[in-house]
Amino acid sequence: MIVEARPIAAGAATRTAQPVLRVVDAAKRFGSVEALRGASLELYEGERLALLGPNGAGKTTLLRAITGRVRLDRGAVELFGRAVPAAERRRALGVVPQEVALYPLLTARENLEVFARLHGVAPAALADRVEWALGWSGLAERAGELVRGFSGGMKRRLNIACGVLHGPRVVLLDEPTVGVDPQSRERIYEMLEQLCAGGASLLLTTHQLEEAEERCGRIAVLDHGALVAAGTLGELIARTVGRARTVVLTLARPAAHAPAGLDLEDGGRRLRARVADVGAELPALLESARRQGLEIEDVEVQRQGLHAVFIHLTGKDLRE
Amino acid sequence: MIATLLRISRTSLRRDRVAQVMTYVLPVAFFSIFALVFGRPIAGGPESIRVAVADEDRSFASRALVAALETDPLLRVADSTVAGAAPSVPFDRARAEAYVRGGGAPVAVVLPAGWGATFPRLDGGGMPAEVLADVSDPIASRLVVGLLQRAAAKVLRGDGLAGAAAPAESPALVPTRTVDVMRPRGEDSRMISFYAAGIAVMFLLFSCAAAGGALLDEQDSGTLERVLNTSAGMNGLLLGKWIHITLLGVSQIVVMFVWGMLVFHLDLLHHLPGFLVMTLTTAAAAAAFGLVLAAAARSRQQLSGLSTVLILTMSALGGSMFPRFLMSEGMQKLGLVTFNAWALDGYIKVFWRQAPLVQLAPQVGVLLALTLVLLAVARLFARRWEAV
Repeated sequence: MIVEARPIAAGAATRTAQPVLRVVDAAKRFGSVEALRGASLELYEGERLALLGPNGAGKTTLLRAITGRVRLDRGAVELFGRAVPAAERRRALGVVPQEVALYPLLTARENLEVFARLHGVAPAALADRVEWALGWSGLAERAGELVRGFSGGMKRRLNIACGVLHGPRVVLLDEPTVGVDPQSRERIYEMLEQLCAGGASLLLTTHQLEEAEERCGRIAVLDHGALVAAGTLGELIARTVGRARTVVLTLARPAAHAPAGLDLEDGGRRLRARVADVGAELPALLESARRQGLEIEDVEVQRQGLHAVFIHLTGKDLRE
Repeated sequence: MIATLLRISRTSLRRDRVAQVMTYVLPVAFFSIFALVFGRPIAGGPESIRVAVADEDRSFASRALVAALETDPLLRVADSTVAGAAPSVPFDRARAEAYVRGGGAPVAVVLPAGWGATFPRLDGGGMPAEVLADVSDPIASRLVVGLLQRAAAKVLRGDGLAGAAAPAESPALVPTRTVDVMRPRGEDSRMISFYAAGIAVMFLLFSCAAAGGALLDEQDSGTLERVLNTSAGMNGLLLGKWIHITLLGVSQIVVMFVWGMLVFHLDLLHHLPGFLVMTLTTAAAAAAFGLVLAAAARSRQQLSGLSTVLILTMSALGGSMFPRFLMSEGMQKLGLVTFNAWALDGYIKVFWRQAPLVQLAPQVGVLLALTLVLLAVARLFARRWEAV
């Protein structure tokens, strides 16, 4: 049974009353390693949710739990508002692995045909779906070529196409842009935008924080097997590092002492200050520096980004 | 510089157990296997030879000779009842020939009617005894000819046939005429079938192991995980692989035998039904074997080492490298634990013994049972790829 979603808010993603995917209190232990410790998240219709976390945080285990490839010790995975058996879940989901999981000695078209059949696409619809996937991934002109001769970007696009050509409403992508050039990354995000426009909901893991920041409506941060934060970038910033800006003044000559309200750094060549209201506080900082006879070469106003949020939430310690 | 490079190599070898096994254990293992197979290290000397004796003469001399043969420790004279004839009905020439052709014994000795009247003729001019031989075992027939002379000498010495001296052993005591009962129509190409079957089965195992290794490649490339995320599932995946590898094996054996037919005049066309039955069952079992290896191994490298050890061992014991009938009896029995022995026995029945299809039942039955067992084992091992 599929529960129809009802929009409740506008924004980067259409928030619905009923999440299309819901993970509740997921826990999984591998021997002495606790891979998931009660992780919970929700994915809403048409949204792109970035799942971030340091290496070993449990992202892949969580994705595999959603697809039913990992049996949870505790917790549940709900699809369209109900608990769905793993086998049925696999049919309903689109899964794009981090590896380029393609058959190199098959052509692009043959790969798509193979995965369409394995995903249960009806024979009558198969040709249309393959043509759609070839056009969508920009590989129509290379459809008859062996995949082993493709560039990294082409393989990535085909890798994604093979995971979604059966038209799933929920797609899980494990680092879909890893190892590709900026042009291919741009094309991949265009593809993903088209998917979302068609009503699909995307849950993607990535280590590319700027991608998550720019391309995803919401962000969830997983650490030590538990979800430590989830929300829009603005919400996360407000909840963690705050909305304050950092003002950096670069000096023409090194200063011996810092003016009031500013910190000296970089051997006296730069002054730094955190300000809550840039418009109100920046003129006073400039005036303070001028009064001390400092010649200001450049002014930079830095806002807090996902990188700061991520480090704030997960710390700087290596995890491997 | 060289010392640093040597250190890298030495450290790598020390930490690579597969490489260590391939370097040190494998050669020793093969040496041991070949020493067992070819060295005949059975206590008490050479193995006894099974021989059927057809006494059509029923004279005093022929009965004495048969009795002497029966007491020879190097011979095991077949009881005619074993051959399927009615109890107490002795072998005649036809039954003895059928017995040899059916693989009951590699050799039969026929003492024709009237033979006793010319025994002993020390000038070698007596009536010859027929030695019906399965020439696939060339040693047995030659040995039996020699033992026949020893038995004749024993008769002359011990029982003292009237007027006869007991001379030193001489090949002329019992003249013999060896008949190759396996090649009545002068077919010279059937030995080729031995080699074709032996080599085909061994390489079939290698091919199936390599083809099964595609599972490991798919594991490494991620396609295995991807396929398991579809509705195919593990059962479908294994079944698909098994059918593919079976068909691959069938095509490989067909190509080999067709080549044998075209180039070495192997008589394939007259044995097609048996050939197809044996090829299909052999390939099915080999494919299941390949899946077991692939599912058990953790990497291609491990698979390579494991399959090399197992397949060469099985091939040596099972007769792919050296005919089992030339091995000691103990090794022949040991060989039956291998896949190769059953497959080769089936092919030999088809091409060498001209056996009807029904006689392939034991070999086909064992191979099919083996297939089911191996598929079950492969499925068990494959659980590691399923949900954890």
